[in-house]
Amino acid sequence: MDKYEVVIGLEVHLELRTETKIFCPCPTTFGDEPNTHVCPVCLGLPGVLPVLNKRALEFAVLTGLALNCDINSHSKFDRKNYFYPDLPKAYQISQYDFPVAKQGHLSMQTNGETRVIGINRVHLEEDAGKLIHSEDGLYSLVDYNRTGVPLVEIVSEPDIRSAEEARVFLEALKRILLYTRVSDCKMEEGSLRCDANISIRLKGETELGTKTELKNMNSFKAVQKGLEFEVERQIERLERGERIIQETLRWDEGSAETISMRSKEEAHDYRYFPEPDLVPMEIGTQIVEEVKKRLPELPQEKKERFVIQYGLPEYDAEVLTSTREMADFFEDCVKGFPEPKIVSNWVMGEMSRHMNAAGLDFCNNKVLPEHLVEMLEMLQQGRISGKMAKDIFAEMFSSGKKAEQVVAEKGLEQISDQGVLEGIVEEVIKNNPGPVADYRAKKKKALGYLVGQAMKATRGSANPQMVNAILRDKLK
Amino acid sequence: MKIEKKDVEYIAELARLEVSEYEKEMFTEQLSHILNYVKVLEELNTEDISPTFHVFPIKNVFRSDQVKESLSREEVLKNAPGQEKGFFKVPRVIE
Repeated sequence: MDKYEVVIGLEVHLELRTETKIFCPCPTTFGDEPNTHVCPVCLGLPGVLPVLNKRALEFAVLTGLALNCDINSHSKFDRKNYFYPDLPKAYQISQYDFPVAKQGHLSMQTNGETRVIGINRVHLEEDAGKLIHSEDGLYSLVDYNRTGVPLVEIVSEPDIRSAEEARVFLEALKRILLYTRVSDCKMEEGSLRCDANISIRLKGETELGTKTELKNMNSFKAVQKGLEFEVERQIERLERGERIIQETLRWDEGSAETISMRSKEEAHDYRYFPEPDLVPMEIGTQIVEEVKKRLPELPQEKKERFVIQYGLPEYDAEVLTSTREMADFFEDCVKGFPEPKIVSNWVMGEMSRHMNAAGLDFCNNKVLPEHLVEMLEMLQQGRISGKMAKDIFAEMFSSGKKAEQVVAEKGLEQISDQGVLEGIVEEVIKNNPGPVADYRAKKKKALGYLVGQAMKATRGSANPQMVNAILRDKLK
Repeated sequence: MKIEKKDVEYIAELARLEVSEYEKEMFTEQLSHILNYVKVLEELNTEDISPTFHVFPIKNVFRSDQVKESLSREEVLKNAPGQEKGFFKVPRVIE
């Protein structure tokens, strides 16, 4: 309803793509046998000392830089205390008042408008283990493999104004994060997770309304759906003159509603205090400058550059820069075949279509930029027709063969040799006296039939424009 | 700062500690004493002194991102009160 304003802030947890855990040298591999990647440090056994993985810090700094944050030159870890069996130490090492990065922003496009969403902070912490509840509900099983996997938590400002905007924000954020390669951002494997805080207030009101926290959304669509439900639920309550109760809710995909997790009345009191087992970090200019070198051109700048440098339509630039790999593939192709729009059409069209159908992406499909370039050159030289090119590409895609090889093996090459085509045309004229007579009697349609006969005789490989010209010439 | 009995009860609850009535009285008094003792520090002017987060004057201790062998699962679960299929088995928990 129009008189209300929706206020949403998001918290995104991101597993960093390091080889080892944040404070110990156990591997971070996903999906292995339970409790095979644990050691005394991540189990929190007495007497052990955690030591920070330098790459985890660098990834957190990189994340901060990519989100236009200020890097805190003085940063430290804190203990967040709570009891839950996914946390063997009964505290999580996290960051409280001196996060690695703070006060950034992310710009995004929604409904043809640019929106800037504030980033409150980016901090480092350790992930918790995984619980499996037994079917009879009598006990739970714990796997500590994930315990201690490095996470960054990215907290947005409450600048998001609709459920849809929340989804767009997450998509934009994921695109940036994938560009930086700090995480594989797989929601289905839990390497990207999202919680949302949402409240409603009257338009023009400056105070925030009472918020609820929404958890358990397993896709960006689910985030949007969960928030849409919650917006409606809260507005209905307010309309009935009821108050919003501050609580944590779980989005239930099956019933498509939010369900209270009935957290205890006593709000979480984590009793943060500085982690005595880890020394503070001084993230000086040397570390920041080093990390900056690894900050790639980000999607927004790249998109703008593609429009200017390659003269591409906005839409093409947007699609091509949706991943860093796609953008790189495109640019590698243009280096060899400097016709950006033609390359763009192929990369966005055939290439993407085949990859989607096969469930592949630019990292693991068999067609390399030079392969596409070679095929496009053959097409440009008229050695193959546009239709053949599509068939040849399909073969290149499935077999990994080069265009030349496919053409040779299938005898697909377009016949563009004047002499050869003249011979074929003469044969067609000889065998089709009827249509030839029709054509000469000014029945122009007959020409199409004759061209078709020449194509048929060559199993589609004759250059149709040349056949056409030769036929006209010979039938004068 | 005065500690009251309900503060002790709250802290005990957070720490999952069972405290007798007698202990509640005792801790209320002792914790108040401790806080009063530390309060002396408040008299100092600390305006130009940066907070100490760690007692050692050391910063930036890192390790490189290199995998080392984890414990064997047998060893991991050796002291576990309960286990099943390689997992730790714990009483039912629903947050």
